[in-house]
Amino acid sequence: MTQQQSQGQGQSQSQTFDEMWGREAGLREPYAPFNSWFAEEDPARLRRKQREAEEVFRLTGITFNVYGREEAAERLIPFDIIPRIISGREWSKLARGIEQRVRAINAFLHDIYHRQEIIRAGRVPAEMIAKNAAFLPQMIGVTPPGGVYTHIVGIDLVRTGDDDFFVLEDNARTPSGVSYMLENRETMLQMFPELFSKNRVQPVSNYPKLLHRSLSACAPAACSGNPVVAVLTPGIYNSAYYEHSFLADKMGVELVEGHDLRVVDGRIAMRTTQGYQPIDVIYRRIDDDYLDPLNFNPESALGVPGIMDVYRSGGITIANAPGTGIADDKAIYSYMPDIVEFYTGEKAILQNVPTWRCSEADSLAYVLDNLPDLVVKEVHGSGGYGMLIGPTASRKEIAAFRDKLKARPSNYIAQPTLSLSTVPIFTKAGLAPRHVDLRPFVLVSPEGVKITPGGLTRVALKKGSLVVNSSQGGGTKDTWVLEE
Amino acid sequence: MLGKTAGGLFWMFRNLERSENTARMVEAGQRIALTRSASDDEWTSVLQSAGVLWGYNEKYDEVTRDQAIDWMLRDRANPSSVMSVVESARNNAKLVRTALTREVWESVNECWMVLKDTLARKVSERDLPHVITQIRQRSAFVRGAMHGTMLRNDIYDFARVGTFIERADNTARILDVKYYVLLPSASAVGSSIDNVQWESILRSVSAEGGFRLTYGQEVRPREISQFLILDKRMPRSLVFCCEKIRDNLGYLAQDYGTRLPCHDMADSLCRQVSERRIEDIFDTGLHEFIGSFIVDLVALSRQTELDYRFYE
Repeated sequence: MTQQQSQGQGQSQSQTFDEMWGREAGLREPYAPFNSWFAEEDPARLRRKQREAEEVFRLTGITFNVYGREEAAERLIPFDIIPRIISGREWSKLARGIEQRVRAINAFLHDIYHRQEIIRAGRVPAEMIAKNAAFLPQMIGVTPPGGVYTHIVGIDLVRTGDDDFFVLEDNARTPSGVSYMLENRETMLQMFPELFSKNRVQPVSNYPKLLHRSLSACAPAACSGNPVVAVLTPGIYNSAYYEHSFLADKMGVELVEGHDLRVVDGRIAMRTTQGYQPIDVIYRRIDDDYLDPLNFNPESALGVPGIMDVYRSGGITIANAPGTGIADDKAIYSYMPDIVEFYTGEKAILQNVPTWRCSEADSLAYVLDNLPDLVVKEVHGSGGYGMLIGPTASRKEIAAFRDKLKARPSNYIAQPTLSLSTVPIFTKAGLAPRHVDLRPFVLVSPEGVKITPGGLTRVALKKGSLVVNSSQGGGTKDTWVLEE
Repeated sequence: MLGKTAGGLFWMFRNLERSENTARMVEAGQRIALTRSASDDEWTSVLQSAGVLWGYNEKYDEVTRDQAIDWMLRDRANPSSVMSVVESARNNAKLVRTALTREVWESVNECWMVLKDTLARKVSERDLPHVITQIRQRSAFVRGAMHGTMLRNDIYDFARVGTFIERADNTARILDVKYYVLLPSASAVGSSIDNVQWESILRSVSAEGGFRLTYGQEVRPREISQFLILDKRMPRSLVFCCEKIRDNLGYLAQDYGTRLPCHDMADSLCRQVSERRIEDIFDTGLHEFIGSFIVDLVALSRQTELDYRFYE
């Protein structure tokens, strides 16, 4: 594995796989119609379009809140107008791999909260589960309605070559970003309708409808008639509030907060202008810990006291199920190839990034010796915080991280720095390659697994940077999957 | 509909209405100050009419034009300043986003973006007319989007009830502060000072033109009272607002099939105004009449919140 791409220009450029130009400046086929369109375009017009797009996002209020900053508390995620294009053939393979992985995750969760066969078989160590904060004892022996644990999953993928995709992370709790997938497409359709008549792009716009159907299909035993679905948000100051209201709006369901809800006659009910009305399925966008002050964090004002008891007695479906975090934990991640094989009986179609678990002495020694070449992540971290990117870190940063790592080895995993693929973005100087990742969104219900073609492409806007997180200056792109 | 959503709509539109009313009062205050026939006390009564004098006195020792305008337009320490209420309206709009059309949401969001920018710095005397225009225009855009795109259902009704409770409150407070210049005793022969005051009252509810159309050039205090309290054609009169409140609450009762205490209160408030003649009101005392109207209006607002479960 090479780390050179992050160290600037020159030879590293040729090492990196560019999704438009490949490795040796030969236009890749999915980009051909786009390229001929782009060649005819006036850069001044495109710059104007880029500004227009930002205006639309601002007006629509597609912003995210930055915690801990008084000024400019609401920020736009920068949007780049150059689409990321994936061929239908590439996508089919990805989709098979994603479906396999998501089925395995659900089987794993059911097993972990029931017979724990995988531990008996010695494929995952018992302490990985028992000592894990994401493991919820309250879920032991509970089977969620329809047997579905992860109703909504976001699988973070990175690419390093023509045929090389890796799963970087499984987001099985409350993955966000789907509103950007939808709004980015909407914006592109408005700005460049002609591009969509030249390219046959698979649509994404029915995601809210599929989400609603998928959630409804998981209604609990207590539901009679059409399932009542609601989205549970922590409130307007949450960083992803826009997405919460967007999804509720597009599904045509209520957007509720904890204080709108209470337990009435063994059901979860929302306070309406005409009294309390029961809810069947709750798509919660708050963490397990805040879900129920009676069963989890007693300080939580965001949740609903007693919802876990209603859940266990079949009065409500919670999506995703409590306790799914055990499946997307970064320590568990390293066992995913085993997990996929154990439950599906097949080899994993999508590769894992090789991962050193710092809790193991040999691995720790290796990681400490090779810090400048590795990416080290907190086991429970997210959003790009608390991680070390060896190749771009200063000596001082590495030294400081070494101390943290030694103090709590089991809190960290390490991975080689992947040579992430690049996709062009539109800059003042024309097209310029930037590193990207991809988060496809997956819906799981008893009716099956549905994957929206495409997903959210996050792009590191800074030259050479590998950090795509929006909280760290990343942007987004529209992601096209072409018809086969 | 969630109780919280009903409350969010109610307050969103109360706040928007308030932003416009405050701007109008600042404009009337500025106008009267420019005539130079009025003293600086005029700003005290403007602050009082806007219901923000108490907070102002907490912050400042004396009343001056610049401070009063700043307090009413920009100061975030004043929960009724234009900036505060517009921000609050937008937060409420976010809260009830799923109940609004895209057009309404965008017009509120844009209102906030524009005014946040305009009101980021102190407003100079020279810029004041433009700023006032902007505030009124932005509020009108929201109303237009609302009128043109929203379904006429419970969502609309809660928004309208909020709008007209705020508006009735605003007109009533202006009358409450200025009642003495409207009393018959003060008006045997209108002095020039009286005239300035009367015009200012009309201006602060955007009624100069309407009044002229109805009563001609001569401004008489009795007719001002008649116009602002009892004229059913005047969209800011107490009777007009009361009937709107009663009607919109009535649609809710029909829609939900349930009559609640707030409906009886709205009926009674309406009768209090519509069944009176201006002579009766002067006989009982204008000040007493307005005082009890405000008390009843506050009670109706509270009852509506309770009946429709805005809060836990």
